[in-house]
Formats: sequence, structure tokens, C-alpha cells
Amino acid sequence: MQFWIIQTLNSLALGGLLFLLAAGFSLIFGLMRIANLTHGSLFMLGAYVGVTVLRFVPNLWVATLIAAVLVAAFGGAIERFLLRTLGGNPLGQVLVTLGISFIVADACLITWGGDPIPIAAPAALQRAVSIGGVAFPLYRLTVLGVAVATAIALHLLMERTRLGAMIRAGVDDTAMAKAVGIRVSKLFTMVFCLGAALAGAGGVIAGPIMSAYPGLDADMLPLALIVVILGGVGSLFGAFVGSFIIGAIYTFGSALAPNLAYVILFLPMIFVIAFRPRGLFGRSAA
Amino acid sequence: MSFTRRKFIHAAGAGVGAAALGLPARSFAQSGNVKVGLMTVKTGPLASGGIDMERALVQFMREHGNTLTGRKIELFVGDSAGVPAQARTKMQELVERDGIHAMIGPLAAAEALAADDYIRAQQLPTLSVAAAEDMTQRKPNPWFVRGTSTSSQCAHPLADYCARTLKYKRMAVIADDIAYGHEMCAGFQRVFEDAGGRIVQKMFPPLTVPDYATYLAQMKTNIDAIFLGFAGSNGFRWFKQFNEYGLRGKINVVGGMTAFDEAVLRNMGDEALGIVTSCWYSAELDNPINRKFAAAFRNDWKYDPGFYAAATYVEGAVLEAALQAVSGKIEDKQAFMKALRATKVDTARGPVSFDEFGNIVGNVYIRKVERKEGRLVNTVIHTYPNVSQFWTYDPKEFLKNPVYSRDWPPAKNLEP
Amino acid sequence: MLIAAVAAILFPLVGGPFYVNLASQIFIAALFAASLNLLVGYGGLVSLGHAAWLGVAAYTSAWLYLRLGLQHAITAALALIMTTATAAVFGAIALRATGLGFLMITLALSQVLWGTAYRWASLTNGDNGLSGLTRPAPFGLSLEAPAPFYYFALTVTAFAIWTMWRFVDSPFGAALRGTRDAPRRMSALGHNVTLVRWLTFVYSGFWGGVAGLLFVYYNKYIHPTALSLTTSAEALLGVIAGGAGSVAGPIVGAAIVLILKNYVSAYLERWNMLLGFVFVIIVIFMPEGVVPGMRRWWLRGRRA
Repeated sequence: MQFWIIQTLNSLALGGLLFLLAAGFSLIFGLMRIANLTHGSLFMLGAYVGVTVLRFVPNLWVATLIAAVLVAAFGGAIERFLLRTLGGNPLGQVLVTLGISFIVADACLITWGGDPIPIAAPAALQRAVSIGGVAFPLYRLTVLGVAVATAIALHLLMERTRLGAMIRAGVDDTAMAKAVGIRVSKLFTMVFCLGAALAGAGGVIAGPIMSAYPGLDADMLPLALIVVILGGVGSLFGAFVGSFIIGAIYTFGSALAPNLAYVILFLPMIFVIAFRPRGLFGRSAA
Repeated sequence: MSFTRRKFIHAAGAGVGAAALGLPARSFAQSGNVKVGLMTVKTGPLASGGIDMERALVQFMREHGNTLTGRKIELFVGDSAGVPAQARTKMQELVERDGIHAMIGPLAAAEALAADDYIRAQQLPTLSVAAAEDMTQRKPNPWFVRGTSTSSQCAHPLADYCARTLKYKRMAVIADDIAYGHEMCAGFQRVFEDAGGRIVQKMFPPLTVPDYATYLAQMKTNIDAIFLGFAGSNGFRWFKQFNEYGLRGKINVVGGMTAFDEAVLRNMGDEALGIVTSCWYSAELDNPINRKFAAAFRNDWKYDPGFYAAATYVEGAVLEAALQAVSGKIEDKQAFMKALRATKVDTARGPVSFDEFGNIVGNVYIRKVERKEGRLVNTVIHTYPNVSQFWTYDPKEFLKNPVYSRDWPPAKNLEP
Repeated sequence: MLIAAVAAILFPLVGGPFYVNLASQIFIAALFAASLNLLVGYGGLVSLGHAAWLGVAAYTSAWLYLRLGLQHAITAALALIMTTATAAVFGAIALRATGLGFLMITLALSQVLWGTAYRWASLTNGDNGLSGLTRPAPFGLSLEAPAPFYYFALTVTAFAIWTMWRFVDSPFGAALRGTRDAPRRMSALGHNVTLVRWLTFVYSGFWGGVAGLLFVYYNKYIHPTALSLTTSAEALLGVIAGGAGSVAGPIVGAAIVLILKNYVSAYLERWNMLLGFVFVIIVIFMPEGVVPGMRRWWLRGRRA
């Protein structure tokens, strides 16, 4: 029984972390049809910025905010100066986003060195709580909470604000959105900044669990891709659900079928895409 | 046919350009310098160990005025990024373009295996850091000398210590799912069970797993201790999460030679105190060579030297001793190789010599993490002298068995 | 063109062994990228799983040689059959999606192979890889030395690329480009778009396998890292940077990536960053790739 309780909690915590990672990617891809392959390195950059901020201000939430802002600015610059000119050129987008991710990864290696740097969770959250007789780290539950809060906030943004309406219009039909006067290019930049901010913030919040280390970007990017594809393109709800499904599959799969540890995440995705190419909740084909 | 013209122009242009750049560099050791290549990893996940390797070797050379046996030493460094095919290419570059006489490294086992045939073909004396067992056991390479240890060489004594001194009866093992991890755990299991203990669980998470939560949840809690065979920073990450789940104090933790290396310890806190590990080195070793080495390294880089730094520093000493035995004539490969294998020298890790397969025979230290002068160190609490890769087993019998792996020796005491 | 061909043939006489080996590696990478280009450039299907073909061919050849002691001629044939069969199966699965979905399935399928190579150690020797391999000796000529292997690789690559060029220039190739540019129209015209794509996928996999054989012959060793995402990504980047949709593009692109990785890295520790910058600059100035971009400049220069 203990095994099931703790693994369920692990799944939920991992799912929360994945959502924080994938939400930004889903947003950008959903609206702009750009597979932002720098997403992993933005996540890692956020984590490293957090490391530095924490040296001066030992408050994780402040670090999260600052990292979000800085990474958002960086993301905005990428979109404005590089991606904008590549409208109908998906191959060019792949090349430039991967190129930037190489640059960012190497820059991080120079600046922060090759060793993993731990990020401390807020002192109040560093203990384990007892749930159903098992000890579980409180911070992981916090991450889950933050993920849910973020999901709710994004949902409200999409459904209840004008900006959200514009974004949804842009996702559904970019040409018509332009026709009715929505400043699509400005919207794109804003959304890209928001996606980057989510990535950067995610890096810091996941920091106490993952640490900041070279290679974090390459480890995280495939996970973001898997979640978004499984959940369905253009659907934040899909990304949310997808995150938890992946979290559960990974957690239980690694425990119950250790020989499949390497492929446990890819097999379900292959099945889903093969039978339902737009993912579980996708609005349009990828 | 414009494409073919372009293609060949580009290829020919690149080729001629490259050849033009290359021709002047191909001097055939006319200058009398001894050229030593360092095959290491400076980018990618193994980077921090690889960078330490370079730092320590450069320090060694500098302390000797970049001169050994009266000849100037030229050091060429190759970065393989941990990819075996790239290691081979870099090695070719070091041999064919730079004309090295001997090579220190490579770092990763797979790199050594990838380059095995090349080393034989080129007859390149190699002072390896990589721990791949069979390179000095069932597929011995005559040009190979290993100054560090095999994967299991330090695990055998630790298993003995756990069974006889610490009196553990039931243990689990966990390591990265790579050959290094398998070999180390297999060695530990064999000696531990031969001494009356039982290994009740074995876990091998993939090397790049993002999170150990699911493995911690699977871990049995009715054990005396768990052995960590991790490499790089994974031991540190696992242990951090181990503490988060409130398991500290409930289960003892012992580590292999890289799990709680000095490089990793410097990022840890009081939670690491008391952890017992085994290795052929500790920055706290109290011999004159090490006192000097560790102090100088700490002075330069502000952290203690660990496994990787000590590895190349020791290999440097071995290189020097062998060079002295052949009066500096490294070009005579057969004689130099013979001298390498016959080397007996005092180094930062204590006295070392080599067995008939080229693997090192030396002390293995049992260490405990303590706080000294405000930093965490691996204090030596026990020494096993003259440990070879075969432990107390007869080499012929040892080699009749298959190489240590995930499934050999078979684990008979696993509990579901 | 005659000058260029003569230069390529005479190169091993002027270059040192290191450079000849580097050139051999460029040929292998170029062939690998060119085979991917059939799918990406001409088919419009971006795949991140090309490493699968390299891995299947290399491992099959190595395993048959080591475990069954078969001759290279037989192992090569069997390896290519195995690779093509795998491509047929993978293609059928992957082509159920397009765009990012297709990308992800190809990635997932090759990652499944990668994970299998690591974990199924009794078959693949896992992390230790398969060593103790030899190079074939066609007509009794040894390929162990750099120069003979160079000529072998050059011949195979030149032949392969010529064959691919014929393929692209053929009516089938035209149909393929049609499915890339206007799939619905092609379908309306009566073409079986999925079949065209699937055949291309398999053909692309076949040549990827040939590159895999050259790879394992060159290295005489195979390790699961050859099946990694990095291998696929580097090939894809080479194709895009050089210019997808042109025959020479992937060759140039693969050469750029390889030279930066294996040659420049000796001089510049930050070669990774340089590679990133090179890509970004290519995208800014030559968004269609180096070869089409340079062709454009050359024409512009001519007109001026």
C-alpha cells in the first residue's frame, strides 16, 4: 500500500513539474506554430539565473520572478529579431532555435561551470510531511500546487481576458484574426515572452528537485515535446492532462517494468499519435 | 551537372585547405620533445571530471618545469565530449597530427573500448583512467597500463569492510545503468555475499534519469545499508532526494569510489557527514607527495582534488618513473612499455605497481566524510594494502568467469 | 568538374593520414545527411529519427560478424535488408502523422531502438558496445589503412549520391516534390500520397543503412551513442544548414558540422557555441541553406 501511495504522490509531483516545463512550449507552438527548440535551454537558463540571484537574495520566489523576467526578455529578443523573419520556414526555425540552444548551453557552461549546482528549497518547505503513513517531501507538493495554480491562472488568462481572446483567435485562425484588426505580430512577441517566462520560472521552481547542471536542457526538451504532443497541440488543458499522464507512466513504469525504463515514455506516445494524430485533446493537426 | 561541380569543389577545397594547414604541423619529433596526449572530456555531462584531469596533469608538468628526464614535455589535450566515436577521432588527431608518444586517458570505459584496436595498431602506450574491466582481464591490450583501478577494485574491499567491520547483513545496491555501475555492483555483491551478507535488491536507473523519486520509492527499507555505485553528480542528486524523503538515519549509505568524490562533496552539507566510501585516493592522504599536491591544487582552484585530478597526477608520476627507467628514450616503444608495466613508484595515492595485465596494484582506502577546517573531507579510516583487480581470488579462476555485468555474478538473494 | 574530381582522387597523396581519415568521415556524414534529405528536403517530412538506420545497419553487421562469423558481403546484405525492413515498419507507423507529430514519432521510434541497445545487453553488449570488428576487404584489397578506406568511402558515397540524384530527377521524384508542396492537389490528381511518402521513407532508410555500414567499418566499433538523438539532430542540422531540397546542400552542411566538431574543436574549446552561431548566421543570411544561398549570391553577382 505504501508503494502505491508514494508512487502516486511522485507521479503527481512529476506531473506538476512537467506542466511547468511544457506550458510555455504548448502556448508558443499552439499560437505561432513554432516548435521552440530553445525551450529546454530557456528552462536551464532560468535555473542558472536563479542560482545567481539566490546568492544575493536567498528567496526562491524572488529568484523565480527575476529569472522569469530576464528569460522573457531574452525570448522576446529571439522572437523579434530572429524568428519573425522565418514565417513559413519551419526548417529555418529548427535550425535557428537549435543553434541558439547550443549557444545558450555553452554560455551557461562557461559562466557557471561544469558541476551541478544545487538550488535550495525555501527553508520552511524543506521537511517531509506524512501522508497516509509515508513521508513525502513538502517541497514536491508545493511544486504540484504551483503547477495547478499556474494552470488556473493561464486558463483565466485565456478564457476571461481580452488578451486571452486574442490569443485564442490567433490560434484558431490567424488570417481572420489579422483581418479583424488584431495586431498579430505584437501578440506573437507577447506570447513568446510569456512562454519563455514560464520556462525560466519553471527552471527555478524545479531547481530544488533537478538542480542546475549542464545537460539539463537536453534532458528536459524531449519531455516537453512528449507532453505537448500527447496532450494535443494548441490545448493547454491537453498539456495539463498530458503532464500528469506522463508523470504517472514514468513513475509507475520505471518501478514496475525497469527493463522498459528507457522507452517507457516513448511507447505510449507512439500509440497515441499512431491512432490519434492530433493527440488527446488537440484542436488541429500538429 | 552543377551539383557535382559544387560538391567536389567544396570537398576538394576543404581538403586542400585542411592539408595546407596540416602539413607544417606534421613534424616527426625532430625537436626532441616528448609529446604526451591527454584524452579527456571537457564538454557534456562528464565535463567536470575531465576538466579536473587536465588541471592536475598541467600542475604535475608545471611542478617538474615541463621537463622529464631532461626532455621537454609537450602536452596535447583532446576533448571527446564523452562520445566513443569522437574519442577515436580525437585520438587519431593526437597520434597522426600531433605525433604523441604516449597517451593519458581516456576517461570513459566506452571510449577505451572504442579505441582498443586503434591503440594496438598504432602501438600507443596508454595510461588509462577508464575503468573498463576487460581491458586488463579477458581482452588485455599489451599497450595498456591503468593507473586508477578497475570498476570493482575498490568495491571488493568496501564489501569486505561492510560485512566484517560494519557488520551489515542485508544490503541493496544502486548504480547508473552503465557498464561501470554494473561492474562495481557485481564486485561488491560477490565479496559481500562470500562474506556472509545478502544483497536483497539491485537497481540500475538510466544514466540521464531526471529524477530518482520512483527509485527511492521502490527501495526496500528493511535493509542495513545501501551501496551507491554512481558516477559523476548522480550520487549527489540521489542522496539529496534520499534526504528529502526522510530516509536519512534510517538506512546507512556507503558509496563507491566516485559517488561522493571530493568534487561532489564541496556542494554538500552536514547531511553527508558519516558516509563511508572506498577509493584508491583521498585528498586527506598523509604522505609527503599528496600533502604537496592537494595543498597546491586547493590553492589554485579552491577545492580539493578528487578521483579525476588524482588520476592524472598519479599517471604523470608513473610516466616519469617509466621514462627514467628508459633514460628518456620514449621512442623505443617496446622498452618503454616494458618499463611502464615494471614501474614501482611512490605517488600521491601511496606506493603503486602493476600486475601482469597492466592494471595497478595499490592501496585502497576506506574513508568517512567528516568536517575539517570548515569543509567536508574524506578522512581515511582504514587502509587495505596491495589490492589488485582480482581481490583475494585466484586470477586464473577469476578470468574463467564471465566479466562482471548486470547479471553476473547471479544475484541469488534478491527479494521481490 | 574534372579538376574537382581529380583533386578528390589525388587528395590522399597530399594530405596526412589524419586529414584523409577526416575526409572519409565527411563522406560518411554526407551520405547520411543526403539520405535524410530525401525525406526532409524533397519529401517535406522532417525526421529526427534517422540515427535508427545507422544503428540497425551497424549493429546487425557487427552482431552477425561477431556472433555468427559471417563474411562481410553477407553481413552487409543482411544488414541492409534488416534496415530496409525496419524502415518499412517504422514508416508505416510514422506516416500516420505529419508535421510535429511525424517528427515526434520518428524521434520516439529511434529512441526506442536506442534504449533497447542500452538495455538488451545480451544482444548488443549494452554500454560496452561491440568491438573487435574488421573492415571488409573487397576483391581482397585491405581497407585498414586510411587511403584505401578513403577511396572506398568516396566510391560508395559518390555512387549513392548519384543514385539519389537520379531518383530525385525521376518522375517519382517529381511526384514526391509534389506531395511536399501541394499534397491535396496531388491526391486529387490521383497520386497515392501516403504510398509515395512511404516509399521515400524506406528508400531514405536504405541509404541511411549504407551510411551506417560505412560508419561501423570506419570505426570498427559500435556503441549505443550512435543511435542517440544527437546523431539524428546533427544530421538534420547538416541538411538544413547546407540547404534541404538541393543535392549538394546536405553534403556541404554535413561537412560544416563535422569539420567544426572534429577539427575546429582542437583549436577552439567553445566550438559548440561557434556551431550555434554558424547556424544562426546561416539562417539570417541564407535562410534556405548554404548551397541555395550561395547559388543565389553567385547569380546576383553575375547579373550585376
